[in-house]
Amino acid sequence: MIVSTTKNNNNICINLEGELDQSVASKLRTQLDDYLLNTQAKNVIFNLDKLKFMDSTGIGLIMGRYKKLNAKKIAVFITNPNKQIDKVLTISGIYKIIPKI
Amino acid sequence: MDNSMCLRIKAIESNESFARSVVSAFCVGNNPSLETVNDIKTAISEAVTNSIVHGYTKYEGDILLEATIKDDLLTVRVIDYGIGILDVDTALGDYYTTEKNGERSGLGFTIMQSFMDSLEVESVMGAGTTVTMTKKLNV
Repeated sequence: MIVSTTKNNNNICINLEGELDQSVASKLRTQLDDYLLNTQAKNVIFNLDKLKFMDSTGIGLIMGRYKKLNAKKIAVFITNPNKQIDKVLTISGIYKIIPKI
Repeated sequence: MDNSMCLRIKAIESNESFARSVVSAFCVGNNPSLETVNDIKTAISEAVTNSIVHGYTKYEGDILLEATIKDDLLTVRVIDYGIGILDVDTALGDYYTTEKNGERSGLGFTIMQSFMDSLEVESVMGAGTTVTMTKKLNV
């Protein structure tokens, strides 16, 4: 799992690359929380363009970050999921809370 | 072609990717669509994660993966010898999780059910859980 970020104006883009399952969740959670702790961004976008695989662990991880960011009035979005990941996200109902853009 | 396989792995997180890759590789000889392969991969990942996160919370153990293909039907069993599930019916419900303070989505069984053609869960408290799933490889 490789994570990188891009920032422009009020947007932070979190680019996830590789496979997101339980084996990488705990480290990724800490990395993201550290990075987002004092953010001044208005929008955080999870860019899944290079994410090859994700199971329901990813739903828990994204929802966890959403709860923290939402408390600070920061909007969260998801973009570019592949078919497999889109199917997992759709079944979870997460798009009702975190829109796909 | 009818076929069978069996794999015993240690119930550790780093084996999740190995487990789902092995089962999907086992199926490719039957030429399933990419979507079918991904459905199987996802369901295996959920079942193995359940065994690791919930089954073996108190002690270490192994996970047994048994799969057969007969008449183009994949039957896969994910077996653990962990703590077991007290109430399988409740556990199968959407968004149900015992990890209230963790960040589990409670969607593991929901995903297994919707990605596979059938799901059966047998559990004995203190003895372990067997998840049996089937999927037609070519629809």
